[in-house]
Amino acid sequence: MRAYIIKRLIQIVPTLLGITLITFVIIQLAPGNPAVFKVKMATQGQVASDAVSKQIIEQTKKLYGLDKPLPVQYLLWLKRVVTFDFGNSYKDHRPVMDKILERLPITIQLNVISIFLVYLISIPCGIYSATHVGTWLDKFLTLFFFILYSMPNFWVAVVLIMLFGGGDFWDIFPVYGISSIGAHSLPFIPWLLDRLWHLVLPVICLTYGGLAYLSRLTRAEMLEVIREDYIRTARAKGLSERVVIYKHAFRNSILPIITLLAFLLPGMFGGSVIIESIFSIPGMGQLGFEAVLARDYPVIMAITTISALLTLIGLLISDILYAVLDPRIKLE
Amino acid sequence: MGIEDRKNLTYWGMVWRQLKRNRLAMVGLFVTVLLLLVAIFAPLLANNRPLVLYYENHLYFPALFDYKKLHNVDFKELKEELKPGEYAIFPPVPYSATEYDLTATLEAPSKKHWLGTDDRGRDVLARMIYGARISLSVGFVAVSIAAVIGVALGAISGYFGGIVDHVINRLIEIILTIPTFFLIIAIIAFLPPSIYNIMAVIGLTGWTGIARLVRAEILKLKKMEFVLAAKALGASHARIISRHLLPNAMAPVLVSVVFGIAGAILTESSLSFLGFGVPPPTPSWGDILSQSRDYIEFAWWLTIFPGLAIFISITAYNLVGEGLRDAMDPKLFR
Repeated sequence: MRAYIIKRLIQIVPTLLGITLITFVIIQLAPGNPAVFKVKMATQGQVASDAVSKQIIEQTKKLYGLDKPLPVQYLLWLKRVVTFDFGNSYKDHRPVMDKILERLPITIQLNVISIFLVYLISIPCGIYSATHVGTWLDKFLTLFFFILYSMPNFWVAVVLIMLFGGGDFWDIFPVYGISSIGAHSLPFIPWLLDRLWHLVLPVICLTYGGLAYLSRLTRAEMLEVIREDYIRTARAKGLSERVVIYKHAFRNSILPIITLLAFLLPGMFGGSVIIESIFSIPGMGQLGFEAVLARDYPVIMAITTISALLTLIGLLISDILYAVLDPRIKLE
Repeated sequence: MGIEDRKNLTYWGMVWRQLKRNRLAMVGLFVTVLLLLVAIFAPLLANNRPLVLYYENHLYFPALFDYKKLHNVDFKELKEELKPGEYAIFPPVPYSATEYDLTATLEAPSKKHWLGTDDRGRDVLARMIYGARISLSVGFVAVSIAAVIGVALGAISGYFGGIVDHVINRLIEIILTIPTFFLIIAIIAFLPPSIYNIMAVIGLTGWTGIARLVRAEILKLKKMEFVLAAKALGASHARIISRHLLPNAMAPVLVSVVFGIAGAILTESSLSFLGFGVPPPTPSWGDILSQSRDYIEFAWWLTIFPGLAIFISITAYNLVGEGLRDAMDPKLFR
């Protein structure tokens, strides 16, 4: 086991190098470098004389090391990244890590609530469907989750805003930001309620897709397991249905649900670009989106690299959990 | 059905027979075909030029051809001036996707504009009909790119094994772990706006699933005796892969291609929604939806209809994909 974990950890290194290299090359090859972009920002659309703008470009390039050849730039960047120093943002010159740490709590908040709801609702639904195959409620849930699964989340977000965010229909939920103006001066309980109030619509948008997916997965896995011989044996020896379903069947169908963990971890970090930008939530997704718009390379590379690292760790954790929970699996 | 009947069926015949029994999948298939027809015949469904025009003793088909004589003619004005005996037949939606009318902005659905108009008075239905072209062509081309790369790399990796397999596996792992949608936005934002860039980027990031499927199939197949026989006959590697192995590994690829089209349509509309889609004034579903955000308080038709179009096409492809997957399950062949 330990040997396996060490081997996997060592394997992470070349993969991560590949990821940083690919991201770096793509971003550098793309037209529109930040120095030119900066001139545009500085002159605010006014026509600056060629000499002046050239000077600004040269200065900016030197400031960020953009005048050095690409391999050198990459190595310099890599050297700093090893210590989690992703440099300064081109936009406001603040350290990238500071900006990320500032945004991270909000994204984690949203995702923890959403993941909790996904598991809380989908597992009972999936088990119910699998143990009541063919009933009208099973048919309804199956169809409902199928429809839910195919709905684009940006559409759901816009429709929810249209229905509940004022306008022609109801005005129930706020649709902007994560708290009301001046909420920081409220005592804890009203502050918390205000925060939750703001999170209702975005959390729905972040949750329903995973909910539908996991319900369908749980149902399918349970159905597979229930057909096994040992379930018949368990029933034959007179165990109660509850013990058969929860102790024998569910425990064995839970494995693929665990694999999902690998994909939840990076989501917790990266957030959702679309949902965060629709609801103006100052989380990681919005940070990434703003970085893309401003060609803020250090921020883009930091988000990509850390997300990829977390995915790799998530994959490793889910593999290990698999082996721990299922004694049939032997890790080499 | 007797055993004799079953013997005559090919593999794909059996799959088709299974698929026909699945009502939801057939609905999905019907919708995908319908959408495809809408996309192909868009100029005949929504156009400000008549399909047939009988004018000054001549028969014209302005929706199909350009006539020198009718250059820069406003056909709607022309229709008013037609003499008795002359006629003009317009398509069901007598508007083009880019034709604007500033006197009719943000109108709710009516007899004149079935699905309303947008902020420049453009007919929403006409834009959606042409939007189907964008969504479907991005879906098909992107997935074709992904399939070609996935099949090629998967086959090479499974067949040759060793260091080649190792390198390709690392590459797959790298692409899998990169936050794909974020990367796509970053690349698209840096490139000049064009539908071809969108197709290429979605295709280049979406081949890993297919590659893994093909690799697994090839690993299974290459130990079979027919491969040994082909080798004994002196067939080259390329011939063994392309003639003997790949045709037997295609079934799971088809399923994942169908799901891939749904995914590519979703990605394209998300990109358009964020403003990184096809450059204006080309209509696309995501783009209409993104405009709707400015008028969200009242213009519900701008929100509901394009969203439904995206949702219905994704659902249809997902239904077909699931139906195919079930139909190919050998446990279900009866």
